[in-house]
Amino acid sequence: MLDSKTPQGPLADQWTNHKNNIRLVNPANKRLIDVIVVGTGLAGSSAAASLAEMGYNVKAFCFQDSPRRAHSIAAQGGINAAKNYQNDGDSVHRLFYDTVKGGDYRSREANVHRLAEVSTSIIDQCVAQGVPFAREYGGLLDNRSFGGVQVSRTFYAKGQTGQQLLLGAYSALSRQISKGKVKMYNRHEMMDVVIVDGKARGIIARNLVTGEIERHSAHAVVLASGGYGNVFFLSTNAMGSNVSAAWKAHKKGAYMANPCFTQIHPTCIPVSGHYQSKLTLMSESLRNDGRIWVPAKAEDAEAVRKGTLKPTDIKEEDRDYYLERRYPAFGNLVPRDVASRAAKERCDAGFGVNDTGEAVFLDYASAIERYGKTEANVMNLENPSDEKVRELGKAVVKAKYGNLFDMYRQITDDNPYETPMKIYPAVHYTMGGLWVDYNLMTTVPGLYAAGEANFSDHGANRLGASALMQGLADGYFVLPYTIGDYLADDIRTGAIANDTPEFMEAEAAVKDRLEKFIGNDGDTPVDDFHRRLGRIMWNNCGMARNREDLTQAIEDISALRDEFYAKVRVPGKLNGYNPELDKAGRVADLLELGELMCKDALEREESCGGHFREEHQTEEGEALRRDDEFTFVSAWEHKGAPKDAELHKEDLVYDNIELKQRSYK
Amino acid sequence: MNLTLKVWRQDGPEDKGRLETHQLSGVTGDMSFLEMMDVLNDKIIREGGDPVVFDHDCREGICGMCSMFINGEAHGPGRGVTTCQLHMRSFKDGDTITIEPWRASAFPVVKDLAVDRSAFDRVIQAGGYVSVNTSGETLDANAIPIPKADADEAFNAATCIGCGACVATCKNASAMLFVSAKVSQFALLPQGQPERKRRVTRMVEQMDKEGFGNCTNTGACAVECPKGIDLSNIARMNRDFLSSSLTGE
Ligand SMILES: Cc1cc2nc3c(=O)[nH]c(=O)nc-3n(C[C@H](O)[C@H](O)[C@H](O)COP(=O)(O)OP(=O)(O)OC[C@H]3O[C@@H](n4cnc5c(N)ncnc54)[C@H](O)[C@@H]3O)c2cc1C
Ligand code: SF4
Ligand code: FES
Repeated sequence: MLDSKTPQGPLADQWTNHKNNIRLVNPANKRLIDVIVVGTGLAGSSAAASLAEMGYNVKAFCFQDSPRRAHSIAAQGGINAAKNYQNDGDSVHRLFYDTVKGGDYRSREANVHRLAEVSTSIIDQCVAQGVPFAREYGGLLDNRSFGGVQVSRTFYAKGQTGQQLLLGAYSALSRQISKGKVKMYNRHEMMDVVIVDGKARGIIARNLVTGEIERHSAHAVVLASGGYGNVFFLSTNAMGSNVSAAWKAHKKGAYMANPCFTQIHPTCIPVSGHYQSKLTLMSESLRNDGRIWVPAKAEDAEAVRKGTLKPTDIKEEDRDYYLERRYPAFGNLVPRDVASRAAKERCDAGFGVNDTGEAVFLDYASAIERYGKTEANVMNLENPSDEKVRELGKAVVKAKYGNLFDMYRQITDDNPYETPMKIYPAVHYTMGGLWVDYNLMTTVPGLYAAGEANFSDHGANRLGASALMQGLADGYFVLPYTIGDYLADDIRTGAIANDTPEFMEAEAAVKDRLEKFIGNDGDTPVDDFHRRLGRIMWNNCGMARNREDLTQAIEDISALRDEFYAKVRVPGKLNGYNPELDKAGRVADLLELGELMCKDALEREESCGGHFREEHQTEEGEALRRDDEFTFVSAWEHKGAPKDAELHKEDLVYDNIELKQRSYK
Repeated sequence: MNLTLKVWRQDGPEDKGRLETHQLSGVTGDMSFLEMMDVLNDKIIREGGDPVVFDHDCREGICGMCSMFINGEAHGPGRGVTTCQLHMRSFKDGDTITIEPWRASAFPVVKDLAVDRSAFDRVIQAGGYVSVNTSGETLDANAIPIPKADADEAFNAATCIGCGACVATCKNASAMLFVSAKVSQFALLPQGQPERKRRVTRMVEQMDKEGFGNCTNTGACAVECPKGIDLSNIARMNRDFLSSSLTGE
């Protein structure tokens, strides 16, 4: 049984008490301590900047050409915080409750409560940094609503919230770089963690430009390397997003928790062809105002697919607003897992609206009309024409969602102001990740995980706008404190040598692996294998899973892995910039991870959140949890082949929230 | 579509580089420009060659990583889009497309189409921030109301993705649009005021040190900027810079 090290005492006091009792490292001693941070997304940048401000010597790594380009930059919709600026009854407790319920009761109460507590400081901090959040005319901060909640607590900067938050963290990081407190390694990839006497004491990194392999030592290592949605090949993640840092840690003893908990986001631009390299998200914020529907009559759907009927010509009564129909209380704002499954259900039943049959409509016509009427009132226009109303409404929609609408038009060549968008669910986020205790430490002493790379706060389904919150909570407000407790033992250790046998062996193993790739006598590009892995994962470990498919997938992935090592062609040289080589290493790790995900999904004989096992559903087709047997975190220990991993459990105890079947009706 | 591609190949900063010609078929209008490049690389790898190196990551116009000079234009034809957002429907069957890297002495070529833009990072490090530590005890976020118009304008300036198209487009390889966007974001917000003069002075100094050229007000940068960063930012920065040098900051 795993010990989460959750502090004693009442939930609301745990974090404060813990902070008060934590050991501190005095400023003079912090100068003697080195910390490595892998990743410069929201979690990594904020952690690196904060640790440096406190006085530690930080080395930060990212594989992009600048820390500002980490995948967090792409987050669109917003960030949650329990500010209750809208006076709609929000509170720390409500944010905590919504997040635990949204996660379908598979997250750790203490962590989620802490997240809700620090959420308000995040907004204060970002505003102090000059993050230009959206504001109302009165000059105060504006909010929008996201799925799975009934309050308006999401702060945003148009459709570029992640960009603005990351640029804030990047500026804090840049300030520390200029002071010499952070040494930044761009275009560097972590290839392995180095363990000395059972503790994480450094990493092996590759300079991606020169190809040089480097040994970096430190007293502690923080992984903030993001999520692994790219195991599905097609996802909303950036092309470079990968699991390698986390997976290398896993192979060195860190447990992987709930790897099968994947978030499939309901509103993405559908797949259009074989060459496709990624899918584009249409932010959840669009569900604030957009209405989702398919034709109610199968023959209309058929005609729309053939292109003989335009959606705008389908009468109101012939439309099926299926979310509003099935979930009247939350309507279009049900959580993501529910919305995605509902879309799949309609498309499987033959009501899909594009040529592949895998798309539904996201319609802004009524929002445009509603906003237009309000504007006309504000402007005191008497009897405005329909045309005028639509024009005013479009301007409002443009101001709120303009960049998303532009993006849609750019990709599809369709005008979403005039005709409903077509959307379909796509892989978006991974709730699973490295298992961490309350202090964000993995099962390897001195090895921490933050942001999407850890499993911590979202249970089986993450609510919208809470990943940004978690990344910044971990990096600004949690890790900088909790890491001190561990480092307090290291004030007399002195600098860690990077030429010990442990470092040399790890370095040699990395070189060996790279040489094998380059020397391989194959003829097939890396992407080919990645695409095939993605197809196996999507078909068998995607929105609906069952025993038979998962069992088969485990075999298929392991066979694909063998084929990969036999047939892959990695062109170019070792010592030079070689993106194909970088990709080969990442895909090799994804080929192992996929197998573990399927195993995890197979062993979790229940449905919860994004994990839907067809064998376990209610009569209405909703996820059926089995609390008696599965109220635990699955943490997997590496034992050779991924399918041989050993299960450890962390029991989840709910003292403050009653476990209920989730209902959004 | 069948295309003739003339692609810049260069082994490293010291190599002279050359254009290499490829014929590519089976391109469709729905492909993005980078997906077309994927198809090219797939073909090159299968034929035993060395694929073309280019920078990219998000493929949705926000990370600022992609950076191709296509037919003489930064990010290719079309306004308000990055290379990754450009679709092949902007081209037609039989077209010849020339693809080159950003060219500026402050952005040395890493390999083929990828360049080193770390000069931008160093300009930000020189002052592109508000000096506030992470204490958890800063002012409440709503303590200082900010007029919506100011917040919106600061946001518009802050949407710069740091791609460098402005530099690549400018005949002097000036970085004024990029630098002024960051300076403006903070100049428009109350949080940016205490360091306003110091910031602009230091950032401009660093910009000059990096070897970016002078601004001669041709405005080409703003035309090719995928995020529509406005020229008024440059004017604002010039005013701030002048007043800072007058007061000796
Ligand atoms: C399109 C999109 C929109 C989203 N919108 C929202 C939203 O509106 N609200 C919300 O809350 N969440 C949103 N999310 C989710 C959220 O953006 C991410 O979960 C979050 O930003 C992850 O941050 P991170 O710091 O953990 O990792 P990332 O930002 O992914 O950063 C990972 C970092 O690790 C580095 N790295 C990785 N591997 C290595 C290695 N081996 N060596 C060296 N460096 C490495 C990378 O270079 C990078 O710097 C969205 C996600 C997507 C895909
Ligand atoms: S100003 Fe425009 S062109 Fe220049 S770096 Fe920023 S986004 Fe790119
Ligand atoms: S790849 Fe990110 S902006 Fe083009």
